[in-house]
Amino acid sequence: MANEVTLLDFWPSPFGMRARIALSLKGIEYEYKEENLLEKSPLLLKMNPVHKKIPVLIHNGKSICESLIMVQYIDEVWNDKSPLLPKDPYARAVARFWADFVDKKVYVSGKRIRITKGEEQEAAKKEFIESLKLLENELGDMPYFGGEILGYLDVVLVPFYSWFYTYETYGKFKAECPKLVAWAKRCMENESVSKSLPEQERVYGFDLKLKKVYGIE
Amino acid sequence: MEEVKLLGASPSAFVYRVIWALKLKGVSYEYIEEDLANKSTMLLQYNPVYTKVPVLVHAGKPISESIVIIEYIEETWPENPLLPSDPYEKAKARFWMKFVEDKVMTFVGFFFTKGEAQETAIKDCLEALKTVEEHGLGDKKFFGGDSIGLADIAFGSIVHWLEMMEEVVGTKLVEAHAFPHLHQWIQHFKEVPIIKENLPEWDKALHFYKGRREMVLASN
Repeated sequence: MANEVTLLDFWPSPFGMRARIALSLKGIEYEYKEENLLEKSPLLLKMNPVHKKIPVLIHNGKSICESLIMVQYIDEVWNDKSPLLPKDPYARAVARFWADFVDKKVYVSGKRIRITKGEEQEAAKKEFIESLKLLENELGDMPYFGGEILGYLDVVLVPFYSWFYTYETYGKFKAECPKLVAWAKRCMENESVSKSLPEQERVYGFDLKLKKVYGIE
Repeated sequence: MEEVKLLGASPSAFVYRVIWALKLKGVSYEYIEEDLANKSTMLLQYNPVYTKVPVLVHAGKPISESIVIIEYIEETWPENPLLPSDPYEKAKARFWMKFVEDKVMTFVGFFFTKGEAQETAIKDCLEALKTVEEHGLGDKKFFGGDSIGLADIAFGSIVHWLEMMEEVVGTKLVEAHAFPHLHQWIQHFKEVPIIKENLPEWDKALHFYKGRREMVLASN
């Protein structure tokens, strides 16, 4: 059966980056479609009627939404190479727990650093750094969260590395997590990651424009 | 068989998800009731990140977050499957599990507010319920088709909890005429013997939530 794969995406989205990395690691050929989020395509609205958000993976006409679900789907369908989730159920549960943590804590506090000021921003910075420290702890001495090679949690977290400059500039701080930065740079040595992540300065430039559009100072 | 422990706190909707999943799989476990005002050393040790219940401990290894736990249960005890084997159908089930998780705070908002803030919360709740009605359930008996699955468990715990909230607040959200699919689904869900036999004691739970609502409204 012919495998038709399309990814509806938006280049600065860390969630979209997850899908790009996973597809690349698995060597899947796909059509990349850049969405204009201010003018969403009929295809996006049809394929993700509930949330109308990117990324959306379209595989042989059927849509899969939500980045964590998408990465697991890719892992399950293209299970012949580059396994992302481990085989052991407990190790899988640990990976899923931390992936959920990344969304609940890293993404949310990062967002708050971008759009708030004063006390609220300070609280967000604190939470952001604490979250990274917990992740550093989880990484321990391993080269990757997946062990010797890139795995699910690596794919889930590394996109936020492209937003570090943005968070640090708005928050006027340096996220002191050398182990995690070393880990991110290690991930970036993999072409699947480096070609899926935009440059940090480019992301910052985009975010400045975005905030102007939404009237956020 | 390796020992299974569940740390919970009645009448938490999230804890019930795990209870239902374990019982549907026929897994024996030891239930430990936590006093959330006075958390045990065991809870703090097993869930240092969130210090919340439920926590499942299997052969001494802890798992936290109810959705992660029920996926673990599904994979560890594969008999009586609660997720479809087809990756696309599985992705759909997971989509609805995530949807209900993302909407929990909306439903909590309905419960812990009053006046104008509550009017907004009610509007948001109805919108969320409408989405499930139209896109999630359709004509199916359960989210996955003919038999109960993880999406039903995830959603069912919140809907049952919501019914208690409706009684405490005195406002009905899930009206049968407005949500016929949802209404039917609730009946089917509660008729599943494991679910029917394992619901929190209504009056006791109502009393608990009434108290919580009064406390929160008073402090605002």
